[in-house]
Amino acid sequence: MALLEIVDVTRRFGDFTAVDHVTLGIEGGEFFTLLGPSGCGKTTLLRMIAGFDLPDTGRIVLDGRDLADQPPEARPLRTVFQSYALFPHMTVQGNVAFPLKMAKTPAAEAARKIDEALADVRLAGFNHRFPHELSGGQRQRVAIARALVTHPTVLLLDEPLAALDAKLREQMQIELINLQKEIGITFVYVTHDQTEALALSHRIAVMNHGRVEQLDEPDRLYGLPKTRFVADFIGTCNLLVGPVRECRDGQVTIDVADLGAVTVAASATPAHGAEGAVAVRPEKVRLGAPGAALAGENRFAGVVESFLYQGDVTLYNVRAERGHLVEALLANSGAGLAKFFEVGDRVEMAFAANAGHHLEG
Amino acid sequence: MSRGRSNLGKWLTSGPPLLYLLVFFAAPTLIMVLASFRTPGEFGGLAPLRNDDGSLDLTLENYVRFATEPLYWQIFVKSFWYALVTTFACLVLAYPLATLIARSDRRWRDLLLLLVILPFWSNFLIRIYAWMIILGPNAALARTVNGVLGAFGIAPVPLLFSAFAVLVCLVYVHLPFMVLPLYANLEKHDRTLLDAAQDLGANAWARFWRITFPLSLPGVYAGAALVFIPAFGIFAIPDILGGPDDSLIGNVIKQQFLDSRDWPFGSVLSIVLTLLALGLAGFAAWIGKRGVARLASGDA
Repeated sequence: MALLEIVDVTRRFGDFTAVDHVTLGIEGGEFFTLLGPSGCGKTTLLRMIAGFDLPDTGRIVLDGRDLADQPPEARPLRTVFQSYALFPHMTVQGNVAFPLKMAKTPAAEAARKIDEALADVRLAGFNHRFPHELSGGQRQRVAIARALVTHPTVLLLDEPLAALDAKLREQMQIELINLQKEIGITFVYVTHDQTEALALSHRIAVMNHGRVEQLDEPDRLYGLPKTRFVADFIGTCNLLVGPVRECRDGQVTIDVADLGAVTVAASATPAHGAEGAVAVRPEKVRLGAPGAALAGENRFAGVVESFLYQGDVTLYNVRAERGHLVEALLANSGAGLAKFFEVGDRVEMAFAANAGHHLEG
Repeated sequence: MSRGRSNLGKWLTSGPPLLYLLVFFAAPTLIMVLASFRTPGEFGGLAPLRNDDGSLDLTLENYVRFATEPLYWQIFVKSFWYALVTTFACLVLAYPLATLIARSDRRWRDLLLLLVILPFWSNFLIRIYAWMIILGPNAALARTVNGVLGAFGIAPVPLLFSAFAVLVCLVYVHLPFMVLPLYANLEKHDRTLLDAAQDLGANAWARFWRITFPLSLPGVYAGAALVFIPAFGIFAIPDILGGPDDSLIGNVIKQQFLDSRDWPFGSVLSIVLTLLALGLAGFAAWIGKRGVARLASGDA
C-alpha cells in the first residue's frame, strides 16, 4: 500500500467540481507532481491533503490512517507555500524554530535540528537575519528548512518556484532534486509548469477539470501521452486527427484529410472508422531536400512556410501538399554555422511509425 | 532655480501647519513652563514678573510644594490606574471587534466602521450626560442590578457618581480610538501566515499569541497611546459621573486654574502630567521591543 492514498476524493464549490473522483497512491520517498493548468484542481487537492479543506466524499489516508478527523496542525505533513509565508516578525532562526516550539522540542535538541535544517538548505549562519533581509531564493530555502526541521513524512510544495526568475528557478530545481534525494522525504509538488514537472518528478499526475488525465513517469508522459490534453499540455506536438482505416500488429493507420495516411504505434486497438488521433513531437519529424532518402514510414512533401531560429534548434512550419501545417524541430548540431531551409523551399518530411503515438482520448 | 522653487513649494505646504503648531502648541507650552516658576497673583493669575526692586520674581516654590505634598502624587497614581484600566478594557473590547471588521466582507466593512465612529456625530458632553440617565437610580439598569442584589439580601448600590460610572464612560468614550488603529493594522495581515502557522503545528491560541498579536503591536501601541494619554488627563467625565473620591488629576488642574486661580501650581501639575505621559509611552515601547526581539529569535 502506498504511503499517501487518495481514494475517490471529490470536492465541489457550488456548481463547480474542483476535484472529481480522484484516486492516487503516492509512494514513500517519491517526488510526486500534480501538474495542470490553473483551475484544474491541483491546489484544491493539495489543500485537502494539508487539511485546510475537506473532501466532500472520499478518503485521504496517510500511512494507513484516515486523516479526516485531523486538523492541519495535527497532520504529520508540512506545506511550502507559494508566497513562502515566512513570519516577518521572526528571524530565520525564529521561523525555523517555530514548528519545534509547537512540538515542545527540548531546547538543546531544537538548536541542533535548526542548525541541521539550515545546513541542509545551505543557509548555515543566517540564523539572525530577518526575512526582509533575504533574497527570494534564500527566503524559499528558509521556508523549506522550516517545513523540514521536524522531519515530516510528506512535504507538500505549492508552486514554490513560481516567484523566482528563470535562472534562479533552474538552480533551485537542481537543489530540490538533490535535497529530496538526500533526506528521502516524500515530496508532493504542485505546478502548472510542465518543464519543471518533467525535470523534477519521479511520477506526474496530469490533472484537467478536476480529474487525473494521466499518471506516469516523465518520459512516458512525454513520449506516450494517453490523451489529446496531455499531448498538448506537455510540450508541443503535431496533433493529427482522422478516421481509423486499419489496425493491426500494434499499429494503426488513420486518414488525415489534409495530410494523408499516417501509420503509428498503438497500444489499444481502435475500431475501424472510429475517429483516431495521433501525436507526433516536432523533434521527431525529419526534413530533407526533395528526393532525399529520409528514414521513416510516413513521408510527405511540403513547402517551408516559416521558421524560427532559436540557436540550438530551429523550428520549421512546413505546409504539406494537402494543406496541413506540420511543425518540425531540427537540432543545429552540425559543425560550423547552422544551415537552413529557406522560406518557400520544397522539402520532404518523414517520421517513423514508432515516432508517433495513437491517443486513446 | 528649480531647487529654489521646490523649496518654496515645501515651505508653502508645510508652513501653515508649522505656524499653527508654533502659535497654538509650542508657545502656550512655553508660557506654561515660564508660569510654573512664577508667583500666583493676589487675585489669581500671575504676580508681576518684576519685584518692586526690579529683580525677576522667579521661584521653585511651586515645584517644592508639589514634591512635598503627597496628596498630588496620590492623585497622579489614581489617575494612572484609571487610565491604565481604561486602556486595557478598551484593548480587550476593541481587539475582537477590530478583528471582526477586518475579516468581514468588503460590503459590511465600511458600514461597521461607520458604526464605530457614529458616536462622534453627537456632542461629547451630551454623550456623558446620557450615561447619567442610563446609570441613574431610577433607570432599568440600576433597578435590575439592585433587584438581583436585594434577592441575595445585599443593600442596594448606587451606579451613578461612582468609580464604576467613571470607568464605564471612560471606556465608552475612548473605545473608537482603540478600534480604528487596530483595524487599520489587522486589515493588512496576510492570512497565509496563519495557514502556515497552523500547518507547522500551531493551535488557535498559538496562532493568535505568536503571529497575529505580535504583528498587531504597532496598532496596539497606537491605540493605547490614543486612549491612555487623554484618559490620563481627563476631567469632564469624573466631574459629571464621579463621586467625591473620583477626582482625577485633570480635575485638580482645572481646579487650580479656575477655582483656586493658582496658575503657577496648575502649570506645575500640567507639566508633570505631560512628562509622565511621555515617559510612560516610552517605557511601554521599550518593554514591547524587548518582547518582540525575544519572540523574533524564537527564545520566547
